Amino acid sequence: MPAIRTEKLTKKYGDQTAVDALDLCVERGELFSLLGVNGAGKTTAIKMLCCLTKPSSGDAFLNGRSIVSASALVKEIIGVSPQETAVAPNLTVLENLELMCGVHGFSGKKRRRKTEELSEQFSLHSVRNKRAGKLSGGWQRRLSIAMALISEPEILFLDEPTLGLDILARSDLWETVRSLKGRVTIVLTTHYLEEAEALSDRIGILCGGRLLLAGTAEEIRKATGEERLEDAFISIVKGAGK
Amino acid sequence: MKAMAFGVRNAKEILRDPLTVAFSLGFPVAILLLLSAIRANVPFDRFAIERLAPGIAIFGLSFLTLFCATLIARDRESALLQRLYTAPLAGTDFIFGYALPMVPIALGQSAVCYVVAIALGLEPSARLLAAIAMIAPVSLFFIAMGLLCGSVFSVKQVGGICGALLTNVGAWLSGTWFDPDLVGGAFKKIAELLPFIHAVELERAILRGDIRTIPGHLLWVMGYGFAAVLLAVGLFLRQKNRQ
Repeated sequence: MPAIRTEKLTKKYGDQTAVDALDLCVERGELFSLLGVNGAGKTTAIKMLCCLTKPSSGDAFLNGRSIVSASALVKEIIGVSPQETAVAPNLTVLENLELMCGVHGFSGKKRRRKTEELSEQFSLHSVRNKRAGKLSGGWQRRLSIAMALISEPEILFLDEPTLGLDILARSDLWETVRSLKGRVTIVLTTHYLEEAEALSDRIGILCGGRLLLAGTAEEIRKATGEERLEDAFISIVKGAGK
Repeated sequence: MKAMAFGVRNAKEILRDPLTVAFSLGFPVAILLLLSAIRANVPFDRFAIERLAPGIAIFGLSFLTLFCATLIARDRESALLQRLYTAPLAGTDFIFGYALPMVPIALGQSAVCYVVAIALGLEPSARLLAAIAMIAPVSLFFIAMGLLCGSVFSVKQVGGICGALLTNVGAWLSGTWFDPDLVGGAFKKIAELLPFIHAVELERAILRGDIRTIPGHLLWVMGYGFAAVLLAVGLFLRQKNRQ
């Protein structure tokens, strides 16, 4: 059974179609990137898969659980790091992690174990007593991903995780994401081509809400006859617009 | 337990904001001191401490509406609430999580107000404890208004509507600063229809030991409280589903 399977997943806002009959399959343990320009439908697709937005039609199954008829069950197996940094600014790093433990109903013992484990994994010890709102963008993103992982999700959604970060913070975050590969199924949205190529097992190219092509970076380059992923992406997106 | 975890976060967010503490505790106390100083120079019965302190205690609750609404509106505008919507939290967890921490803050706020009033000459008695305890059911209306406004308005709008409009309307129509009888007509009728004056009179009646008038005022305030809760819950859940 794939980790994610979508069936004609569609979202319309009035007469505008944000996501158009998306058929997608992501295998367990895979890191799948959704690549697209602004307004391609990446965030809307993620929001539907996270049960934040109801689809207009179609359905998606996360480890066999429907986002339409079993959203409560889906929420038990997913972790989300939204596009904006989603931390409580007046809470310390440790308190933010504890908040996520609390809303997932963890006992005191498990809470202590998970906060310790995530602090270690994301090297948060040096900032654990600092208020989240006072941290740099890179540290906030790192905390945001740690918060998404606290519930030991089977599927992790990272919506533009490196948006607005400087090159060093981005490099650190790439290392963090690489360290998760294979253990968790990850769906990542980005409009940085080098990020998608460096991190992903497979890449899906979205344009105008439609999935134009999905495959490895190599397969995408071969399909277009281009040497660079950037050229392949431009060729595919411009071709779709004609 | 999940609502409690969320509630603890909300209490910390509010209490760690220095502006919140300054306004919720400092501002009512400053007004109490100022009006008491005025009364010391210009004898004016309306500002007698046993009449003034209950009015200021209720006035302070309108800041609670502002903080509650600001917190919810800010959470809606940030991605934190989006993250929490993907967690296994029910709608009731969110509502209790926002509302429950406000009750001890309201009790603490009124306790500070009455302690300052004692320093200004209010006679200490067991009735004061009853007046502080009665703040809990009265605060229901103010907290629900915060939940309601936070669910509907943006942070900027909340500042104008709760910060300026509601605090002023609540103050003018509460009978704290002046007697609505002096204005009369429609103003008096509106004041008597709304819950603010009843909340203040309820507190004054408790301090006087006037048990006979307490149930009438309490019912009036609680009626508004429950209506506001129903409306607030409906609007909060509507915006949650719209996410």
